Amino acid sequence: MNTPKKMIRVANAQGFWGDSLLGPKRLVEEGPVDYLTFDYLSEITMSIMQKQRMRDPESGYARDFIKMLKMIMPQCRDKGIKLIANAAGVNAPACLAATKQALAEIGLSGVRIGIVEGDNILDRLDELNNAGEALVNMDTGAALDTVKSDIISANVYIGAESIVEALQQGADIVITGRASDPSLAVAPLAYEFGWSFEDYDKIAAATVLGHIIECGPQCTGGNYTDWRDVKDFATIGFPVVEAYEDGSFIVTKHDGTGGLINVESVTSQLLYELGDPSRYLSPDCVADFTTIQMEQDGPDRVRVHSIKGLPPTDSFKVSMSYANGYKILATLSISGPDAIEKAHIVSDMVFSRMKMLGADIPEEDRFLELFGSNVLYKGIVERADQPHEILMRLGAKGMDANKLNVMSSEIAPVLTSGPPGITGFAAGRSRASEVVGYWPALIGKDKIKTAVKVEEA
Amino acid sequence: MATKQIKLMDIALARSGDKGNGSNVGVIARSPEIYAYLDKELTAARVAAHFSEIALGGVTRYELPNLNAFNFILEESLGGGGTETLITDAQGKVHGLAILHMVIDIEESLITTIKKT
Repeated sequence: MNTPKKMIRVANAQGFWGDSLLGPKRLVEEGPVDYLTFDYLSEITMSIMQKQRMRDPESGYARDFIKMLKMIMPQCRDKGIKLIANAAGVNAPACLAATKQALAEIGLSGVRIGIVEGDNILDRLDELNNAGEALVNMDTGAALDTVKSDIISANVYIGAESIVEALQQGADIVITGRASDPSLAVAPLAYEFGWSFEDYDKIAAATVLGHIIECGPQCTGGNYTDWRDVKDFATIGFPVVEAYEDGSFIVTKHDGTGGLINVESVTSQLLYELGDPSRYLSPDCVADFTTIQMEQDGPDRVRVHSIKGLPPTDSFKVSMSYANGYKILATLSISGPDAIEKAHIVSDMVFSRMKMLGADIPEEDRFLELFGSNVLYKGIVERADQPHEILMRLGAKGMDANKLNVMSSEIAPVLTSGPPGITGFAAGRSRASEVVGYWPALIGKDKIKTAVKVEEA
Repeated sequence: MATKQIKLMDIALARSGDKGNGSNVGVIARSPEIYAYLDKELTAARVAAHFSEIALGGVTRYELPNLNAFNFILEESLGGGGTETLITDAQGKVHGLAILHMVIDIEESLITTIKKT
């Protein structure tokens, strides 16, 4: 039986697939931490991983995680740091095998690895439809039938309970598929403090904690409005949270790291990708962000407390992706005078030449963005009529990749056949790429059974 | 009482990100007094007008008085959705700084309620 502790330190070492490897490396080297979480997955990464797996049955998970394990595991072992990562993506067996191999390569034995599976429902769509789960698009209300044959990936956002189970079975590393982002942080708190999953205020507090750290340094001064107040972006600290048994916690970072932690920088991240603040839905609870209290607790320390929660809903969110045709994007730099006028002439020129080559693109599938002519703040700040230079981003969408690829051969000729002052073709020809559509849905919790397995490597 | 024309940036901070085919923009007032003022001034209608060429599906406002903050949901603000669109800001990353360009009339005494931490 685990003896409840007074305080544990949880740090998020990866905010997304492709985040800096300096995160985990420095977190284990530069200060105390008990649990490292790794948040690799987003809507788009699931479909990328599924496509990788279709090409290579041994891929489909976050390979970064394996590289990182070799770097930090010896120290984690010495210091007793546990790892929780949704690194399995869409291929848990391959991720487990690679993890074991990595540990063997660095000569570590006796490490217990927990695997949580059951989130991947790609092979179960017919069965679930027949069992009454319509999986309609929860944003648009559209029926699944309209895209069912084009579905690439389908994963359920699962909660923290299975991760706790793996920790109870002695796992040093827990690898999951599509566990929800905050659940990665809920699990160590529920496990260490022996919280019940029906203690909704505590689970909500841990969910808020997980939400604050899930994007790494975005709560320690990254992407912060008052950026001049942020010290040394290059060494910005990844977030470390001191979590207490009563559900309160302190957001901080290791001494000597860059960044800024104050009430405003933590609140900024709290608001990130937020919907209705009084009903933040997770698989573990419904957290009420309008109950959160925060105050400064010394330099680069913010105390968060008094959070209220409600029972979770009876459904899980499902994230599906589907093949939705192709897109192509080409860029050219256009200098003034009359850069905007010339860009429109070039756009018309390329599309009419494509038509002459048998690749007519209907108006609604054409795309033209003149970066530098007030694109990001469209309608908000005044547009300059005569920018000295613009980046023309010309593109198209459609179901036929070959037709779109005709565009790539008609971009470079613009330099010799079109108006003057066009340059910047150094990047070479672009090619049509697949468009991945996003299909969010809900599914009854009774339809999903997660499986926990702990193995020693 | 003396009023002054300022940018929202001078009295608030912001963070934005994607939400399906739309984005969310969180706004934090720099003092409780400014929050109370913005509660009246920074209406969903005003934010919708500010983003009239970006948020094509309207704006919803939520309040977090405990954090002196608002959360605005901008519908249809990503040119067709984060995974499909060709626009540069496919995830609404700069909508936070975009809202902070709003011009606001404010009493000068309210600006002095901002404490620099």
